[in-house]
Amino acid sequence: MTLAELSLAQLRTELDRKKISAVELAEYFLARAESRTDLNAFLHLDRTLTLAQARDADIQIAHRNYSATVNALTGIPIAHKDIFVTRDWRTTAGSRMLENYVSPFDATVVEKLKVAGMVCLGKLNCDEFAMGSSNENSAFGAVKNPWDLHRVPGGSSGGSAAAVAARLTPAATGTDTGGSLRQPAAMCGITAIKPTYGRVSRYGMIAFASSLDQGGPMARSAEDCALLLDAMAGFDTKDSTSIDSAETKVSIWRSFQAESASKTSPMLEFENLRIGVPKEFFSEGLSNDVAAAVRAALTAFEQRGATLVEISLPRTALSIPAYYVIAPAEASSNLARFDGVRYGHRAADYKDLGDMIAKSRAEGFGAEVKRRILVGTYVLSHGYYDAYYRQAQKVRRLIAQDFQDAFKRCDFIMGPVAPTTAWKMGEKSNDPVAMYLEDIFTLGVSLAGLPGMSVPCGFGAGEMPVGLQIIGNYFDEARMLSVAHRYQQVTDWHLRTPEVSA
Amino acid sequence: MSKNATISPEDIRRLALLARIDLSSAEADRTGQQLNSIFSLVAQLQAVDTAGVEPLCHPIAMIEEMTLRLRSDVVTETDQRAINMANAPQQENGLFLVPKVLE
Repeated sequence: MTLAELSLAQLRTELDRKKISAVELAEYFLARAESRTDLNAFLHLDRTLTLAQARDADIQIAHRNYSATVNALTGIPIAHKDIFVTRDWRTTAGSRMLENYVSPFDATVVEKLKVAGMVCLGKLNCDEFAMGSSNENSAFGAVKNPWDLHRVPGGSSGGSAAAVAARLTPAATGTDTGGSLRQPAAMCGITAIKPTYGRVSRYGMIAFASSLDQGGPMARSAEDCALLLDAMAGFDTKDSTSIDSAETKVSIWRSFQAESASKTSPMLEFENLRIGVPKEFFSEGLSNDVAAAVRAALTAFEQRGATLVEISLPRTALSIPAYYVIAPAEASSNLARFDGVRYGHRAADYKDLGDMIAKSRAEGFGAEVKRRILVGTYVLSHGYYDAYYRQAQKVRRLIAQDFQDAFKRCDFIMGPVAPTTAWKMGEKSNDPVAMYLEDIFTLGVSLAGLPGMSVPCGFGAGEMPVGLQIIGNYFDEARMLSVAHRYQQVTDWHLRTPEVSA
Repeated sequence: MSKNATISPEDIRRLALLARIDLSSAEADRTGQQLNSIFSLVAQLQAVDTAGVEPLCHPIAMIEEMTLRLRSDVVTETDQRAINMANAPQQENGLFLVPKVLE
């Protein structure tokens, strides 16, 4: 097995046994990243910065200045979605607006992973300000799906998903506002988890819709995601919506290990697990190939002792209009800060201050970002606020309540992540509403603030990957990751690698 | 707005002004059509009976009482003027330059 195929735990062993150094590991993945510029997954690589971090990691390892649980990640490479600000690498958010922006500080997530000893490989492409479901909204060009270069990788964390799928990095960060971790993970055949809202600090994550945005890990397995999420999560005073409660003080990794170890009978390891299957997720919009792969995964759980329970999430379709009011409203407010005065793009010609701001924003933002700002401006404007924004927030509570009602009858909810596998580039890029409709199975989870995962569960038409969505109740990440991990112990979908096309 | 109302070119110009985005007239036409299709999608919300339902702002309020924290009003940042100014499009003597506002 090559280094590119090793799990984070296996990389740890290689580093500890001195079979490889952190510098060699960083060199190896940098070379892989440099060899696949055709994917357009990375926006910014800087060997000098990466190797300096790797040398620090080697010093720590040499001095044994770590313990197995605290610094399990020391020396292991990771790459960050370009939504997370970094002091050393440029941060663009996939926008012309921030083309040359260098942050004065590191995002909390970046800082925490650096403290854990991880080595940053660089910054990953994404839809502009994380707005999109195909990565075609990046100002720096679309990312290609490593399984088929003519198809989209999903979005908005498409660069992260493509880089992990093509083994250009063992792990990546991503963010999820309406499905941006889960959907690209599904479309690229990797594993990702969106945590409970408030688990992972939003400080230094360039804001799109603040009541929805959550960062999370993307990797090849649930076990790797558990290790990464454990290092990323935690209360942060710098994020006013960060959660400090009994649940967030428990180590995700240790709970994950305990959950995974307690199951001794391999044939009935999902005994007592009740899986809710929402009938609305298997409606007419779902393509047959995705339905078949997801049904086969559910059967695999059932054969190992789980009970499938039909449930209803009656407002699934309403999550689309609710989301496409709330997210643009919050985006229009968050993106008001880009005025060409203190940072970001400034137009070359203008008459006065107002003209300078309006022209800078017109030139700096792409079409989808402008559309969302205008929609948000409309729904927040005088006379429309109650009818749109307030009404959407009320529907949001009803949607969240539907999930709570469902969890009375099951431990986890499972279904598809997206209605189809990855579509062809350009197929939906001129029709924003067609693109929005693709988010139907992920938006409800975001509105409710619940944790959700995407786990590879097979292949559909054209040999494109399909993701199984697992939805848990609030703060149930460790158990959810363990369920996914045990599924991955008896299946090998997550180990499949796209062939490098000539 | 009723279900059938459409966004007029004047509406688009007003929104663009409020949002401080300079739109060319071709762009405004295209955007108007797209916004109309987005608004016919979000119009579905109007039919939902939400009488007596409180808006949900922080999702965790579903299970625990949530109040947004306030921090003490004390200085937490050290002086980072040089590093903060480094991204300014135009500056002079540590100040951000903008076109003259008052004659």
